[in-house]
Amino acid sequence: MTDRQRVLLIEDEPNIIEAIRFVLSRDGWQVATHPEGRGAVEAVRDRMPDVLILDVMLPDRSGYDILADLRADEALRDLPIMVLTARGQSKEREMALEIGADVFMTKPFSNAEMLEAVRALAHRRDTA
Amino acid sequence: MASDRMIGARIRARRFDRGLSQADLAKAAGISASYLNLIEHDKRRIGGRVLAAVADALGTDPHRLSEGAGPRLIRALTAAAAATESDPPPEIDQIERLAADLPGWTALIAAQSDRIAALEARIAAMGDRMAHDPALSASVHDVLSMVTAIRSSAAILVEEELEADWQRRFHRNIDEDSRRLATSAQALAGYLTAGEGAAFDAVSPQEEVEAWCAERGFAISGDMPVEGDLSEGARALLGAVLARAGADASRLPDSALLRGLEDGVDPFALASGAGVDPGLVMRRIATLPRERLGRDVGLVECDGAGAILFRRPTAGFDLPRYGAPCALWPIFQALLVPHGPRHDVVRQFGRDARPAETWCSVALDHPAGYGGPLTARATMLILPGAADDVPPTLGTTCRLCPRADCPARREAAIL
Repeated sequence: MTDRQRVLLIEDEPNIIEAIRFVLSRDGWQVATHPEGRGAVEAVRDRMPDVLILDVMLPDRSGYDILADLRADEALRDLPIMVLTARGQSKEREMALEIGADVFMTKPFSNAEMLEAVRALAHRRDTA
Repeated sequence: MASDRMIGARIRARRFDRGLSQADLAKAAGISASYLNLIEHDKRRIGGRVLAAVADALGTDPHRLSEGAGPRLIRALTAAAAATESDPPPEIDQIERLAADLPGWTALIAAQSDRIAALEARIAAMGDRMAHDPALSASVHDVLSMVTAIRSSAAILVEEELEADWQRRFHRNIDEDSRRLATSAQALAGYLTAGEGAAFDAVSPQEEVEAWCAERGFAISGDMPVEGDLSEGARALLGAVLARAGADASRLPDSALLRGLEDGVDPFALASGAGVDPGLVMRRIATLPRERLGRDVGLVECDGAGAILFRRPTAGFDLPRYGAPCALWPIFQALLVPHGPRHDVVRQFGRDARPAETWCSVALDHPAGYGGPLTARATMLILPGAADDVPPTLGTTCRLCPRADCPARREAAIL
């Protein structure tokens, strides 16, 4: 892949970052990371990824607040976003999808499941 | 024979670990390098003196080379692979090779898989508590984050062909996360085993009283002072519990109780012999220290509406912290037929459940006279470890119960 697709991962757990980065890089993705809620929206605007993976429970700011800010930005309204969370209750899922997540994935997830979801998000964007 | 085919791989892996060339090892074992090469590629069988010499040169036991990972580890790894959905799936037929090449890390993956399974089961079982308890929710979030990191790293190690640097990095990550997980899991387990003696945040007077009793091994008596950091409601409730314990002991003293238990635990026979209510006998048994009774014991008491009044938890028969208990528990069956005491052997669904003997009775009373309301106090003594095994038919509470065809289900399970 000469024109590698870009993923931005907003996640604070270093070893989850490393595992996701490894799995996506092996699949040809260019992976950038941002480790906290502060500055996350700006990081998305700067990098304009093809897919965003967003953890909900960040130490300084809720991922849902970040998600809401992103969807309020006209330029980011169609950005494919996967939300990661350890809270898998249906009300969490409903809230995430209502705010604007495209995919809601609960921890712990399988690498294959995560990779497949990222590919599907990118494919959906490419064919939209 | 699968193990035999892996001897060469095990020898090669151990030789690499020790930084030996084939020539070095062959020389130390008194064989030629070309013969060792054939052995390492499983083109020559090895046994007897040659195996002993190679093992000695590698600083290990011949048994370790010939038996490999052992059936228990293979089973554990197979179970770990089955628990992980992945595409492509783990190479089950390569488990022996993985175990041979990386025995220590393989054992760690198996151990972590067991730990993850146990934690997931415990977390699921406490699902309804999470919804009410932000501190617990945050703690579970931390555990799940570590489980996620371990699961992803372990899957990469199992599924991917990795360069040595990456292998070391993910091994290190698993090691780090497993240590953090162990610490967090200990703290979480201490929190979740509320009522079994560990400190926890009691949220109701009843929980405070149960925690107070648990700290004393449930060996409570009427002469104990109401002391400690308790809410006003808990102090009043504890006072009533201790007064009842005192009254029970005056009607069935320790000497008569222990004499009655010499031939085994039969609360109904003991009650009949002593001329007291079976519920009183059960409460007295449940205030005996474990060493006096020689086995675990649990107790549940409820009123006529089925509301739980008192619990002594016991391993093997789970009592829900929140939510109504399973309607199929013998105590509720006894409540429906108050004059029919019950003796059952039951088993709950769940990984840690054990067959348990239960003894149930219901005492009816007219505390305001015969023209007043009728009240009931049902008591269930639980003795885990029944000799007769039975299939599971009961749950803990509907939300955590997997039984699909339950005639008494109130709500869907969250599992």
